[in-house]
Amino acid sequence: MSAPVAIEVSGVEKTFRIPTHRVDSLKERLTTFNQQDFRELHALRSVSFEVQRGEFFGIVGRNGSGKSTLLKILASIYAADSGRVRMAGRLAPFIELGVGFNPELTARENVELNGVMMGLTRRDARSRLGAVLEFAELEEFVDLKIKNYSSGMLVRLAFSVVVQSDAEILLIDEVLAVGDASFQQKCADVFYEIRESERTVVFVTHDMSAVEQYCHRAMLLHDGELKSIGDPGEVARSYLRLNFEQAPGGSDADMGGMADITLADVWLEDGAGKRITNVEKDTEVRFGALLEAQRTVEGPSFGFIFTNEDGVEVTGFGLGLPKGLPDRLEAGQRVRVGGKIENRLAPGRYVVKCWIHREHNYANLVLHSPHVLDFVVFGGESAGVVTLDHAITASVEGP
Amino acid sequence: MSAEPATPELREVGGPSALGGGRSRFFELLWLMSVTEFKKTFFGTALGYLWSLVRPLMLFAVLLLVFTQVFKLGSTVPHYPVLLLFNIVLFGLFQEATGGAVSSVLAQEGIVRKTQFPRLVIPLAVVLTALFTLGLNMIVVFGFLLGFGVGPMWTWLLFPLILLPLLIFICALAMLLSALNVRFRDVTIIWVVIATALNYGTPILYPLEIVPPAMSHALMVNPLAPIFQQAHVWMIDSHAEGVYAAAGGPLPLIAAGLIYVTVCVLGVWVFNREAPRIAEQL
Repeated sequence: MSAPVAIEVSGVEKTFRIPTHRVDSLKERLTTFNQQDFRELHALRSVSFEVQRGEFFGIVGRNGSGKSTLLKILASIYAADSGRVRMAGRLAPFIELGVGFNPELTARENVELNGVMMGLTRRDARSRLGAVLEFAELEEFVDLKIKNYSSGMLVRLAFSVVVQSDAEILLIDEVLAVGDASFQQKCADVFYEIRESERTVVFVTHDMSAVEQYCHRAMLLHDGELKSIGDPGEVARSYLRLNFEQAPGGSDADMGGMADITLADVWLEDGAGKRITNVEKDTEVRFGALLEAQRTVEGPSFGFIFTNEDGVEVTGFGLGLPKGLPDRLEAGQRVRVGGKIENRLAPGRYVVKCWIHREHNYANLVLHSPHVLDFVVFGGESAGVVTLDHAITASVEGP
Repeated sequence: MSAEPATPELREVGGPSALGGGRSRFFELLWLMSVTEFKKTFFGTALGYLWSLVRPLMLFAVLLLVFTQVFKLGSTVPHYPVLLLFNIVLFGLFQEATGGAVSSVLAQEGIVRKTQFPRLVIPLAVVLTALFTLGLNMIVVFGFLLGFGVGPMWTWLLFPLILLPLLIFICALAMLLSALNVRFRDVTIIWVVIATALNYGTPILYPLEIVPPAMSHALMVNPLAPIFQQAHVWMIDSHAEGVYAAAGGPLPLIAAGLIYVTVCVLGVWVFNREAPRIAEQL
């Protein structure tokens, strides 16, 4: 690619020194003589990357991976300890929507204030009012104090201010799930438009389907280090893999220690038996899991439930040990679960949870883990929770 | 899509700072923040401006009663009532600006943590808002001056020479206090005490003439004292004791000058040093 570089980050480091006991009064400062103890938190370790002009660039990572710190350094809210950040073009200095708003002021005054914060003159900021309000569909409420706005209206106004500014570089932190459906559609349209424009966007999110939808490139941060960078699909997959790697630890913790049966592995495969982390709509999917008994368990049963991002349990299955075998697991025995599932899942993000009981009794939980796997179903339009086969046709009647 | 005239050059991002983001943006923001804050207090309520006048006027009425009826000051000092009103209003600027500035950066936490915002705008906007209030109150004060038969004096034109050093001092304190308060949350409480002490340590309620000389010399070490004493001479009574006479020699004035300069340097230095880290400490 020959596009000029818009953002260049080289060797940026950031360490927070977290005092074990925070001294926040002058009195304490003057009466404590011993040196303070600090715990060091490496939020960013030598992170370097470049974003080209016009690129829609995603940053993904778990909570605490350093995404927000990086964004704040890009926005000049935090100072980096070392390393260098260079940018070409004007930056919209917000990392969260609506932070510059003053609830006591009207929309008119807030739009002006926000415009000035983005480096416009007051006159320019005022001249943009019409466009901002039109986009936000809030013309009637221009002289209403925004403390009286609903949260949806606020977000619309805030998003509109950013979109209508002429900043060349935008930093966007998780904004997609805002407003009502029609405004969301509008936001999606704007994102596509920005994606194709000269503007450069750095987009931080947990939503892997959004990363794959909008981003030209993405990068994954983990514990302050850059884990992977490049194709958004690849990055999204490594993010999901990373999430899974740490899930079994979490599930054991749920039970307050090592469960009697643990989940050693869980995965999805495509029709050819290759492991996948994202599923294309309407393609063949196979589910697999490996359970391992740590101690003897009588009458085990286990199940997996697929939940969509709205928390709706879309499908699930429960199993016991095969007939004809003793209904018990000895320590060290493993159970391999696997098979094909009909893929009727609508595009979106799914989380798989797992439960294991003993003595076929629901009250006798061995393990309950709300998040053993997550994946994205991509491709096509989503209408509803599942897509069913149908034989619906249309015909024309009349003269 | 408009054709970009030129590719913008890569420029180093400096990180957060007191002034960050360009000079014109700084002043536009400073102006806008002060004006909106000012509008909020004065036009937000039906009796906005009246309410803001009620406070100094009530204080004035009470103090006038106490000092003329109880302490019998009124008879010995020429134009005591207007002197008192003038001093209350002028000190009101100091109190409102510094008192508001102390917690200003903390109060604007959202802006500081989530946007790139020139940090210095925040305390200075508080000072500017207080200055607007002073402007409105001064109209009333000059009305009283004329009503009580003072002036017009040509030295009234020298008022900016009183205001300027006072404002610089206030700005320096606003910077110092707002930055320190992020680190040490008890600065707010400490400042209330110091401001009260300054209120009594400055010739506001009493003219220096009635203070024993040794005491008056000591008071002049307070940088506010020479400013208020000079104001007394220029604005109310040209025969009032001059600053030099009240200090009884150059030493207290040199000390006051040193304190003044130290506070100014300290204010700028501390704020500049703390500005890049403010967001992390909130």
